[in-house]
Amino acid sequence: MSGHSTYEPKPGFSRWLDQRLPITRLVWDSFVDYPTPRNLNYWYTFGGILSLCLGIQIVSGIVLSMHYTASAGEAFASVEHIMRDVNYGWLLRYTHANGASMFFIAVYLHMFRGLYYGSYKPPREVLWILGCVIYLLMMATAFMGYVLPWGQMSFHGAVVITNIIGAIPVVGGPILTWLQGGFAVDNATLNRFFSLHYLLPFMIAGVVVLHVWALHVVGQNNPTGIDPKSKADTLPFTPYATVKDGFAMSVFLILFAVFVFYMPNALGHADNYIEANPLVTPAHIVPEWYFLPFYAILRAVPDKVMGVVAMFGAIGVLFALPWLDTSKVRSMRYRPMAKLYFVILVVACIILGFCGAKLPDDQVIPGLETFKILESDLNSFVWLSRLATLYYFAYFLVVMPLLGLLETPLETPETIASPALSHPAAMPAGAMAAPEKKG
Amino acid sequence: MLRKLTLIAAALTLVAGPALAAGTAKHPYDIAFSFEGPFGKFDQGQLQRGYKVYREVCAACHSMKLLSFRNLGDKGGPFYDAKYKNPNDNPYVKALAAELEVPDIDTETGDAVTRPALPADRFPSPYKNDYAARAGNGGALPPDLSVIAKGREGGPEYLASYLLGYEAPPKGLTVPTGQYYNTYFPGDVSAGWAGDKHTPPPGGFVAMGPQLEDDKVTFDDGTKSTARQQAEDVAAFMMWAAEPKMEERKEAGFAVIIYLVLFAGLLYASYRRVWRNESH
Repeated sequence: MSGHSTYEPKPGFSRWLDQRLPITRLVWDSFVDYPTPRNLNYWYTFGGILSLCLGIQIVSGIVLSMHYTASAGEAFASVEHIMRDVNYGWLLRYTHANGASMFFIAVYLHMFRGLYYGSYKPPREVLWILGCVIYLLMMATAFMGYVLPWGQMSFHGAVVITNIIGAIPVVGGPILTWLQGGFAVDNATLNRFFSLHYLLPFMIAGVVVLHVWALHVVGQNNPTGIDPKSKADTLPFTPYATVKDGFAMSVFLILFAVFVFYMPNALGHADNYIEANPLVTPAHIVPEWYFLPFYAILRAVPDKVMGVVAMFGAIGVLFALPWLDTSKVRSMRYRPMAKLYFVILVVACIILGFCGAKLPDDQVIPGLETFKILESDLNSFVWLSRLATLYYFAYFLVVMPLLGLLETPLETPETIASPALSHPAAMPAGAMAAPEKKG
Repeated sequence: MLRKLTLIAAALTLVAGPALAAGTAKHPYDIAFSFEGPFGKFDQGQLQRGYKVYREVCAACHSMKLLSFRNLGDKGGPFYDAKYKNPNDNPYVKALAAELEVPDIDTETGDAVTRPALPADRFPSPYKNDYAARAGNGGALPPDLSVIAKGREGGPEYLASYLLGYEAPPKGLTVPTGQYYNTYFPGDVSAGWAGDKHTPPPGGFVAMGPQLEDDKVTFDDGTKSTARQQAEDVAAFMMWAAEPKMEERKEAGFAVIIYLVLFAGLLYASYRRVWRNESH
């Protein structure tokens, strides 16, 4: 919270600098003295983890680009050159490739955390929207990065996704040509994707600064969703939050390392180790796992243009979320009904991801044939994804606005400190409190 | 609540894993490769035998453009010798390279010539270009084998299964001219299948016929040269070729994870200590 600064520069250089560029004061106020609610749980550590992910991706990416050749004829071999002949090139590339997946794991948990605890509600609307912008930039960056190795899935994924733009009436065709740098995905496309893949992470870093700025103006939300009222409700960021974030980061890095060192290709697709060949289409084009839910939404709609609208709408609706939720209570901890619908939303998103990896006409229950609606059997993944898509939009457009008006929330505590202080750790020795859920 | 969700999500993710596998081909048979698991290493003898199978059988049609002879003498490679840190000095690698001719340009005259390969040279390709490769194989292009073990679902187990997967077509299945029926190949046989449309036989049609047979390759270490042995050895060699730094990776990973676990433990202890007097 931007309040009175407690930074006291030492006489000499610190004071001299503080009067000219108060950068040490900024860091002190933002990352040392900054008051954080004392009840933040581990779901609140993903912000720090995400900055770590961005740092890892930028550093490993810059070194990779020193060895990579952005040319349709040489890209595939240059990636293999990194894997074989560059010192620790395999480590750089596997870190970068799996780092993208880790980034998305963390961002999805971060977003669901925000949804659950109502972190998008006033006064945090701008903070939430900046987060959505970061997410969009991340998707663009990840998509273009996946094209760079110029494998079969890179190439045909790029063809499918860029052609989505071509579905836009009237202007779609020219935009598609402009985007691809020609009439097909080729060398020009690869070169511009490489350039943008290098640019966008720095734009992400810029929006992250705004995101953190907005966070520090309005203050962090917390699992109770109520604002800190006194000093008793908060603790200084350092050492309390830094040590907790640091622990969470190191655990996250263990998961990261397991993927990089022991299953580096588990999240990838075998077809991407075949060099791109425009004349051979893979039997089954699938995007990376983090795009699968959106891919399922795209294919769920029978009309191509409407499918594209639905896919972008699925992200667009997030921007409107602060005004779609009518509830006065922030945290779903005190909203039993909302909690239930939230769980169904998470399940629906996972189902969508599952459907995105399947062929639309494959049967959900093997061997059962029912009847056809809209040219597809009801027992098919396309119908499962239609149901999940319907729920996804209904959650944001119907459930969220109505629930705030209809539900009766539980009573929220007076202050953050009051439930926190009933925690066993705060009780005098011998007194047993009810086993509260931690955090 | 969120904790329960995490469990549900984790469970569903596990179910979703095999969802990416497609096709009706037979599942590759299980091979206990020495390089499996977090501490697995390549079996050098197996890699040497595998190289011989590649050189004497596969290399007649398949290129391995990404490999150089020097790679054979790299640490963890088939002909690595601790005496020669620089694989270009390894006499065995030199001898293997010199067995083959590679194209070059005579710098005196500018004429195209061939000369015996050096360790620094790439594996020569059997055909001048893809057109020549197609012309020599009934229109089908033999894929480059450099990263084939990573470029096929099922990896080296699939490769070995595939090489041994040629069977006489079942009754009612017509194999197109110039093609072969392979039960492990993820293809589509419905065009040649006269039986029940819902239960086509497993596998697909491929342009390559069966290549391995007992005693086709003589192993220098005295290993009995069965077709199965050849298939598994060449599959192991392909895995090494696709992932030559695997041993280095797993060794580094072990150290990194031990470090991270200790680091996390230290941070957890610090966390407990910092927060010991604060409720949360």
